[in-house]
Amino acid sequence: MSDQRKVFELKNIRKVYRNEGREFIALDDVSLDIHEGEIYGIIGMSGAGKSTLVRTLNRLEEIESGQIQYFGQDLASLKPSELRKVRRSISMIFQSFNLLMQKTVIDNVMIPLKIAKVPRKERKKTAEEMLKIVGLEDKKKSFPSQLSGGQRQRVAIARALAANPKVLLCDEATSALDPKITEEILELLQEINRTRKLTIIIITHEMSVVEKICDKVAIIDKGKLAEAGDVKEIFTNPKTEVARNLVLKGDGKDINPYDASNPGSRIVRIAFDGLSANEPFISNLVEDTGRKVNILSANTKSVGGIGFGQMVVELPREREDQQVVLDYFKSKGLSVTEVSA
Amino acid sequence: MDAYLKAAIIQGIFETLQMTFVSSFFAYVLGLPVGIILYVTAKGHLFENKAVNLFVGTIVNLLRSLPFLILLVVMVPVTRFIVGSSIGTWASIVPLSVGAVPIIARMVESSLNEVPSGIIEAATSMGASPLFIVFRFILPEAVPSLIFGAAINIATILGFSAMAGAIGGGGLGAIALQYGYYRFDKVVLWTTVAILVVMVMVIQESGSILSKKIRKT
Ligand SMILES: Nc1ncnc2c1ncn2[C@@H]1O[C@H](COP(=O)(O)OP(=O)(O)O)[C@@H](O)[C@H]1O
Ligand SMILES: [Mg+2]
Repeated sequence: MSDQRKVFELKNIRKVYRNEGREFIALDDVSLDIHEGEIYGIIGMSGAGKSTLVRTLNRLEEIESGQIQYFGQDLASLKPSELRKVRRSISMIFQSFNLLMQKTVIDNVMIPLKIAKVPRKERKKTAEEMLKIVGLEDKKKSFPSQLSGGQRQRVAIARALAANPKVLLCDEATSALDPKITEEILELLQEINRTRKLTIIIITHEMSVVEKICDKVAIIDKGKLAEAGDVKEIFTNPKTEVARNLVLKGDGKDINPYDASNPGSRIVRIAFDGLSANEPFISNLVEDTGRKVNILSANTKSVGGIGFGQMVVELPREREDQQVVLDYFKSKGLSVTEVSA
Repeated sequence: MDAYLKAAIIQGIFETLQMTFVSSFFAYVLGLPVGIILYVTAKGHLFENKAVNLFVGTIVNLLRSLPFLILLVVMVPVTRFIVGSSIGTWASIVPLSVGAVPIIARMVESSLNEVPSGIIEAATSMGASPLFIVFRFILPEAVPSLIFGAAINIATILGFSAMAGAIGGGGLGAIALQYGYYRFDKVVLWTTVAILVVMVMVIQESGSILSKKIRKT
């Protein structure tokens, strides 16, 4: 992936909101790279600054300091007309769809082409093609109010694709949809990413969205970049507290609190990747070493079809036994981190 | 009721309709752009401009707070200059048009404010120019609300036309004053009042129905 061209290169982005003399630092020293063809997730709690971050990418929001390069071009240096041209190559879809309610589906899809001054005949042809991609060619004469939420988002996707953009920004695009429809929309986005080589940036507060389709992920916490990298890497080895919380808690389904049987005993979190997930390594541990661990929480997920696991275990009481267990885990290639109680 | 009174009332109906719709037309020609200017120059909007917004807003507020009766009198020289006379149907149209502009401007502004900001954000993200956003996104989305507002405005102008007619002549207002007030003809007075009420109701209702019919949400 990293040999691909950089679509966005963010360097030390800082964003401050000023309201009636009050200042709020919404983004603080955020740096990240997004490469061509990636599906890049940006995840964080509500209010973390995700929307602000994605809105700086097409300059819906101006930054205080730092630099954003889009295909090597400094976004801040663009004149208004140049910026509008750049924006035509960066489409955006929203949680609330933002369709024109008084216009038909096809008129909505044709609008970006009208902005790009494409002749009317061609506009219609392209719009129809786009509606076919999202599976709504039979709804072209309908009005958005006659469609379901999932269908409206499909129209928004068709509209976003119409001007043949290089990037698609999705700000909580599935957050208003139920799980089944979310799944369908995500599959559609994935398909578009593959067939059209479109770089997709997905803002979400749901880990399941990242798990399902993202290659890379950035975790934003209180305006700061907590962690960024391959989804697989972050899932198996989250380094920060926020990342650990997101990965372990999944979609708000709280895991058991680490209720150790002995106060002050050592608790570790082990992460295993696709290979060792199939291995019954806890029972192997008992067989091979004769030591037992107390499982406090276990959580396995499938990321991009490969199994990933997290397990929080309480180590045996004796120092010596602890070392045997830890060595065993390490010999199996598992990543082990101490959990502070 | 005498035949000549009936004929006068029927003519009055036509004159009232003429005054109302011609004034509404001119008032919209001016009021619509003023309303758009108020909207786009407001804080946080596409052409945010404090000076222009304050200037236009102040004039609109001044005109709006001026009682229509006073405006009628103040406008007499202007009317005479434009129409060549200060009495008759056409003479009433001048103050009516001017008096309705601020009302229409505020109504238009409020209709445009109803358009969700998400629409503007989507338009901006598509690389649309500010003018394109105003004319191809905001105005079309506001059409049902604009029509609903227009019905209210036209009904208001009709009410004003009765007043203008009473002063400058023309329409049902003049008839009500001449026959109903000066000659104490109660039948004519209440007939004209009833006709005016019905006319207002018809305009108001057709506006609502039309607005509902075309609104797709
Ligand atoms: N226009 C604004 N003025 C002031 N504060 C804002 C503005 N927009 C967002 N914020 C604040 O910035 C923070 C980040 O907002 P946002 O980027 O929308 O978060 P997220 O999308 O992660 O939920 C929030 O605390 C929010 O209250
Ligand atoms: Mg948000």
